[in-house]
Amino acid sequence: MTRSEGRPGRRARLTAQAAFLSTGVLLHGAAFLLWVWFSLTVVYAPGVAVAPLLFATAGATSVTWLQRRRFATYADTDIPHTPPVKAPDAFRRARGRLRTAAYWRHLGYHQLAGPVLGAVEAVALVLWVGSIGGITYYAWYWMLPRRWAFVQWSDGSGWKMGVVGLVVLPFLPRLTGALLHLESVIARRLLGPSRAEELARRVEDLAERRAETLAAADAERRRIERDLHDGAQQRLVSLAVNLGLARATLTDLPPEARAVIDEAHREAKEALEELNHLVRGLHPHVLDDRGLDAALSGIAARAPLPVQLAVDVPERAAPAVEAVAYFVVSEALANVTKHARASRAEVTVARAGDTLRVRVVDDGRGGADPSGGTGLTGLTHRVASVDGTLAIDSPRGGPTTITVELPCTLPSAL
Amino acid sequence: MIAEDSVLLRIGVVKVLETAGFEVVAEADDAEGLLRAVEEHRPDIAVVDVRMPPGFTDEGVRAALVIRKQWPDTAVLMLSQYVEERYAAELLATNTSGVGYLLKQRVADVEEFIEALRRVAAGGTALDPQVVAQLLVRRPSDPVGRLTEREREVLALMAEGRSNAGIAVQLVVSESAVAKHINNILAKLDLPRAEGDHRRVLAVLRFLGVSG
Repeated sequence: MTRSEGRPGRRARLTAQAAFLSTGVLLHGAAFLLWVWFSLTVVYAPGVAVAPLLFATAGATSVTWLQRRRFATYADTDIPHTPPVKAPDAFRRARGRLRTAAYWRHLGYHQLAGPVLGAVEAVALVLWVGSIGGITYYAWYWMLPRRWAFVQWSDGSGWKMGVVGLVVLPFLPRLTGALLHLESVIARRLLGPSRAEELARRVEDLAERRAETLAAADAERRRIERDLHDGAQQRLVSLAVNLGLARATLTDLPPEARAVIDEAHREAKEALEELNHLVRGLHPHVLDDRGLDAALSGIAARAPLPVQLAVDVPERAAPAVEAVAYFVVSEALANVTKHARASRAEVTVARAGDTLRVRVVDDGRGGADPSGGTGLTGLTHRVASVDGTLAIDSPRGGPTTITVELPCTLPSAL
Repeated sequence: MIAEDSVLLRIGVVKVLETAGFEVVAEADDAEGLLRAVEEHRPDIAVVDVRMPPGFTDEGVRAALVIRKQWPDTAVLMLSQYVEERYAAELLATNTSGVGYLLKQRVADVEEFIEALRRVAAGGTALDPQVVAQLLVRRPSDPVGRLTEREREVLALMAEGRSNAGIAVQLVVSESAVAKHINNILAKLDLPRAEGDHRRVLAVLRFLGVSG
């Protein structure tokens, strides 16, 4: 990945390459030293050999972080993160990390590929320093102590070093570039997530985002309910009360005026009834307070046909799941009322393990088809939004059974 | 005594109460204020909204439970935008006398509301028809299913807390017809015979699975 500022200048690139090589030598050199330490302890003091191993395993995560920084800063390569291990405390996080394939890939990069890469980087670095040093030898040889000045003007080896340096130097940027590229490829492969991990992470991201969207929609419904409750509903109630009061106290009015008041009173109450229905359909607050069991009797009681209700939910499900279950019953009963010509219906809600099963049975004429009406399609969508399933058994002539199964918990966020 | 956070509605209810000859000794707009006022004034009846600040959930119900426990002489009439039988059940589970639970819009039917208020203040019960409907939904169908349509209507009115006379007026039949229906219901549902309005309600509610 290239940075957005465009290609860095030549000198900046060379500086970055040099920094990349030196930091590489340092980091990989540390791993190499661990190996040396390990080999020595194995031979001379096997009991202590645990120490370098512990260093290597414990340090892997921090070194991975350092390497990621190094590649991002000097090689313009972003190594994607591997999914973090989630655990409540540091100890369990560390233990969980040891069980991931990613961790062992990281360790392999640091401890196996590392020393080799470090050696190659060291050679490249030596070539850089050596050739530049060779070319400029006559500019600084006088600073060396006499006995270190092994190359003399007189025998011409200083010239030869300069020539070798001049020949080698032009190839070095490209060589370093290739090395950098190769290292980036290896690092991405070993330090970045594998395809499966990337997909798993993507799925997790999507699930989280969906949960957030659901929660937002839920919150919006609640907000609207609250606004209506605190605003329009209270005003309407108060209007109806005042009209009722007028009706009860103003007994000496002409009959026409009384009729008008009566009519207004009746209409205010009807409007209130309608508004109540609407608001309840959005999100009844008793659902938050007391859960599904308490909330469902309201819909069942208001259905125009006798509804039998049995709810057995000992443990509450996630709020969004409860909202969907409530919507399912509400919508299903509305459908029964509108289309089924049923004389009675039965609603059962039960929790089995982590599944919430909602069943709505009616004794109507059947023939319900999810591809036909918008009601059932909406229901299917709403159920699918929380990973639920919906099954309809509705032979012509009836009866119709709608079974909805919802997972009680949602992945994260809710 | 009235606790209601919507000012408009509070004014309306106060007007209705005063028209009916009640004296309003205090007004409150949250549950804490309500409890303080009840402690101070010991009113005959407190009219309480279910949903009040700060949580806007069921503060009223919880406050009502406290009132019924600490000051049993104060009757409580709950008003709610939506009646939920669960809230009613919580109230009735401890004591069915001096308890009422009505939809706010019932206040608009002034005479009926005042009648319910008097009943509750006198130690009776007033349940919103919607609460009763919600209670009926929950019962295993068999025993209730044995009732005739008319008997179900009478049962619902009984559960609301009405007297025989009240039921007779509502259904436009004679009181003796109501008494006959009630005898049939009590027999069919194996309810204990009881005297007085609220004990009858208690029997019905026990049958409906709310209390006892």
